[in-house]
Amino acid sequence: MAQTLTETAGSLEAMTPVPYAVTAKRQDTYDTWTLELEPVDGAPIVPGPGQFNMLYAFGVGEVPISNAGNFETDARLVHTIRAVGAVTKALCAAEIGTVIGVRGPFGNTWPIVEAKGKDVVVVAGGIGLPPLRPAIYHVLKNRKDYGRFALLYGARTPTDLVFLDEVKSWQCNYDVDLDITVDVGDTDWKGKVGLVTKLIPPAQFDADDAQAFVVGPEIMMKFVAQELMNRDLPAESIYVSMERTMRCGVGLCGHCQIGPTLVCRDGAVYTWDEVESLMAVKEL
Amino acid sequence: MKTLDAVIAESPVFAGLTQEQLEFIAGCAQNVHFEEGQIIAKRGDAADAFYLLRIGEVALDIDVPNKKSVRVDTVEAGQVLGWSWLIPPYQWNYEVTATELVRAVSFDGACIRDKCASDTELGYALLMRFSQVIVGRLQATRLRLIDIYGADTH
Repeated sequence: MAQTLTETAGSLEAMTPVPYAVTAKRQDTYDTWTLELEPVDGAPIVPGPGQFNMLYAFGVGEVPISNAGNFETDARLVHTIRAVGAVTKALCAAEIGTVIGVRGPFGNTWPIVEAKGKDVVVVAGGIGLPPLRPAIYHVLKNRKDYGRFALLYGARTPTDLVFLDEVKSWQCNYDVDLDITVDVGDTDWKGKVGLVTKLIPPAQFDADDAQAFVVGPEIMMKFVAQELMNRDLPAESIYVSMERTMRCGVGLCGHCQIGPTLVCRDGAVYTWDEVESLMAVKEL
Repeated sequence: MKTLDAVIAESPVFAGLTQEQLEFIAGCAQNVHFEEGQIIAKRGDAADAFYLLRIGEVALDIDVPNKKSVRVDTVEAGQVLGWSWLIPPYQWNYEVTATELVRAVSFDGACIRDKCASDTELGYALLMRFSQVIVGRLQATRLRLIDIYGADTH
């Protein structure tokens, strides 16, 4: 059972960043980097698949970033970050040895235990793949505990596909139905071109006994959920990871509120039937 | 090995057609194959055929002056390639290339088009079915215009 600090709202532990050093860094795309982090002192925190940490670039600010590590074999924290704002740009600019603050882990996890015995469908869009990576590795390591495993990955262009070497290695597993598409390709791209939703109709899973884990921009998750339901997968079997501007991480500040729910406290993983109506409200 | 009639009858795009209509369509069909890299159609070519892909994948490319061609879509096994045979000016809009060995059923679009002009029931039935193909492509294109991965995520 992964620990979570969300339930310790207001405690010193939940609100104090722990120093972590950048021990490895890799550029994934033109604006996206993956950092590996180890604690400066003491034991590392143990997140679960789907949880997030608050990463603090000292003097700049703090942002919520999903855990992307392979918890099955490696205790290091892994975070894939797109440089879009001041804080994420500072984090992406951090060199090896740089110390950043980490709070967490926060939020709930992918229901990988509840999915045992069922088919698993993972749908990732863009840099939605890293938050799913821990769950993917769990299924791969415990392959016999699950039914069919479909992994569907879409991105804007071939150069926007992250962890591509790993994805290709997963493709070598005969018991993984892996399919990739990009919105726009060129003549060097040998794979499929089109929206990630086009991968769902031919995917191999039994809708009566399957769970889907979906991460990407909300509009992508919306169309993916619709397409999964077109395959008769019930909304309560579709799990999505929501993203909002989280500040405290423990349900106190309200920054991440969507209607009646606080994403940091109640999510970030929700079933589609929990959030479908909320995502239809423009103001939310 | 399925017969041509069986492949056509089982294709969703022809679902619901009468036996007589299916037999006519099968009479306009033949098995074809394309090698990897073979160009199936070029932009501006007369669109006198469409295809039901059985095996393999084709790419739809558009030329961009002084740049590499842009790959705007791929069509995979089980899907229909081509609707321009049904809509004037009956010309292919993209360069179509087999990205791997393709086995397909080729339909004589010009023949079916002529039949549709005299058999309006068949014409309506096919127009309804190919409209779904066209609408599917239009919706996918519109969603890509949104640039769904452009938003910040995680």
